[in-house]
Amino acid sequence: MHIPDGYLSPSTCAAMFAASTPFWYVASARIKKTLSMRMVPLLSVFAAFSFIIMMFNLPLPGGTTGHATGAALAAIVLGPWAAVISVSIALIIQAVFFGDGGILAIGANCFTIAIVGVFVAHYTNRIVAGNSAVDSSRRVIAAGIAGYLSINAAAFATAVLFGIQPMYFTDSNGAPLYAPYPLDIAIPAMMIGHLGIAGFAELIVTAGVIGYLQKNDISLLSIAQTGVPAATNAAVSSGWQGARRMWLVIATLLVLTPLGLIAAGTAWGEWGAEELVELDGGQTITAAPTGLLQYAAIWEAPVPDYAVSFISSEQLGYILSGVMGVGLIILTMLVSTYIAARFTRRNEHSNP
Amino acid sequence: MGGEAHHGKRRGNFIQRTIDALAETLERSLYAEQLAEGGGLLQRLDPRVKLVAMLGFIICAAASRNLPVVVAIACVALGLALVSRIPFRSLLPVWIGMFIFSGLIAGPAIFLTPGPSLATVPWLGWQVSSYGVRSATLLILRSEVSITFSVILVMTTPWIQVMKAMRVVGVPTMVVVILGMTYRYIFLMLQSASDMFEARQSRVIGKLSNADARRLASATVGVLLSKSFQLSNDVYLAMQSRGFRGEVYTLDEFRLGRNDYIAIPIALVIIVSGIWFGYV
Repeated sequence: MHIPDGYLSPSTCAAMFAASTPFWYVASARIKKTLSMRMVPLLSVFAAFSFIIMMFNLPLPGGTTGHATGAALAAIVLGPWAAVISVSIALIIQAVFFGDGGILAIGANCFTIAIVGVFVAHYTNRIVAGNSAVDSSRRVIAAGIAGYLSINAAAFATAVLFGIQPMYFTDSNGAPLYAPYPLDIAIPAMMIGHLGIAGFAELIVTAGVIGYLQKNDISLLSIAQTGVPAATNAAVSSGWQGARRMWLVIATLLVLTPLGLIAAGTAWGEWGAEELVELDGGQTITAAPTGLLQYAAIWEAPVPDYAVSFISSEQLGYILSGVMGVGLIILTMLVSTYIAARFTRRNEHSNP
Repeated sequence: MGGEAHHGKRRGNFIQRTIDALAETLERSLYAEQLAEGGGLLQRLDPRVKLVAMLGFIICAAASRNLPVVVAIACVALGLALVSRIPFRSLLPVWIGMFIFSGLIAGPAIFLTPGPSLATVPWLGWQVSSYGVRSATLLILRSEVSITFSVILVMTTPWIQVMKAMRVVGVPTMVVVILGMTYRYIFLMLQSASDMFEARQSRVIGKLSNADARRLASATVGVLLSKSFQLSNDVYLAMQSRGFRGEVYTLDEFRLGRNDYIAIPIALVIIVSGIWFGYV
């Protein structure tokens, strides 16, 4: 099930559309360049394919069942940019015609599954598979890991979207208006199910299909490499220059983000155990609930309270933490692009 | 016709369950197409008007901070379903499904959200918070209202027209064309996936082990992938031989009628006042 309407505030939904748009734009521009006219039927057929495999219920170890999103498979077979478009189209059709996922939440669902999920799968697969032969078992393992990480990254992004709702969107009493749980509940709640169940569905389908294709239709596995329908090599080799426009838009969004963060007081629902007592003035709550203390120990964010201790202003710290988070993501992508480029350097010379 | 044929025989068998899921999807869309032909009120309106109005209502429900306003919008949804002759029994599964999903998510919020206590659960000692109850009700009601509007839209409008109407809200023509083609291939592939599973089902005696079921699923997906690539090549050649040069056009047969001119101001008043009162 994808994010339904009513869980995210309209402004979050709008922001997610804005965040997805540059990716859609770059994806369509890139695909147009490499695929030209072949694009229309290819993307439609693969979008239909993504849609269908989201319906396959498969039994998982432990007696449960799950279904895959196919985002990782699409990323590996088609290359990331074509995958962004076809998975997005499958998600749009699911939302509009089958009620799976909200209409206003289309931007958010596309961002988490078709963008975060696809790129995590693509880079994981590149790094783990390295320069191994198309029919090597290392490729199957890489596909499985890519599938597992891809859906978990998507789930994590979704959990963050849910978790920030009670921080910014509450009524005059402070009751949450949308998804009610703060980050420290939303993240573990989403991740347990995905790390434990859904991740394996994606792992099995992605690795299983790559293994099957290696034996039965190996030509499909070189689509992304030969560049006939996909732009994988171009994406890796041209790296940052090619996507410069997209990074510019992201940078602009990044600069604008702090505007929403300048809010007085503690974020609602994000009280730490001590703060809860402090806020109440020690009148009704004399000690922090033991349950809260217990939960607080389970989930420790890498940057506690989002504010780095040497910064005196809480708001500035908040903004810096946000920028730092995005910086970390971009850095991770840079490092993985560099590693991937090193692995494929030899191919680059043969593929202009 | 309708959804009866495949309900009630959900066996534990993985193949059967997937065949059922595929068949249900086919039935659901055929049923929607049939309803869309019906003579209800919404069926007579321009798809563009319907699409924008439904979007407006959904935004209204999402933006409202006020429970009575969301309830009022829910009444609008029910009224529209009624005058469009959408049978209650086709909406019920949607509502129940959403209630279970949202209920599971929103349920714990009743206890976990800090706020004034309404009651205490006997034995467990959990406090029912009034803010928690409000948040959970808002969440469930909003998701129910939104899904009702989107179901009403696709049940009163042929799907191809919904896609064409998407251009009004800024979806590029190329995407509309791809959406339309995807929609057709979904049915083709549903059919081939279903055939593959049925062929296998008819050859299986006894119960398939879980590992075999997973292998079967992967192999089916793999075959489907090969088939889709073949299909896209064939379609490309077919399009090229008919003169496709990368430019896409859609036939734009929409025209606003008398009903639309009446419906537009009514919808506008409801949406604007919904947003206005919802914000207060």
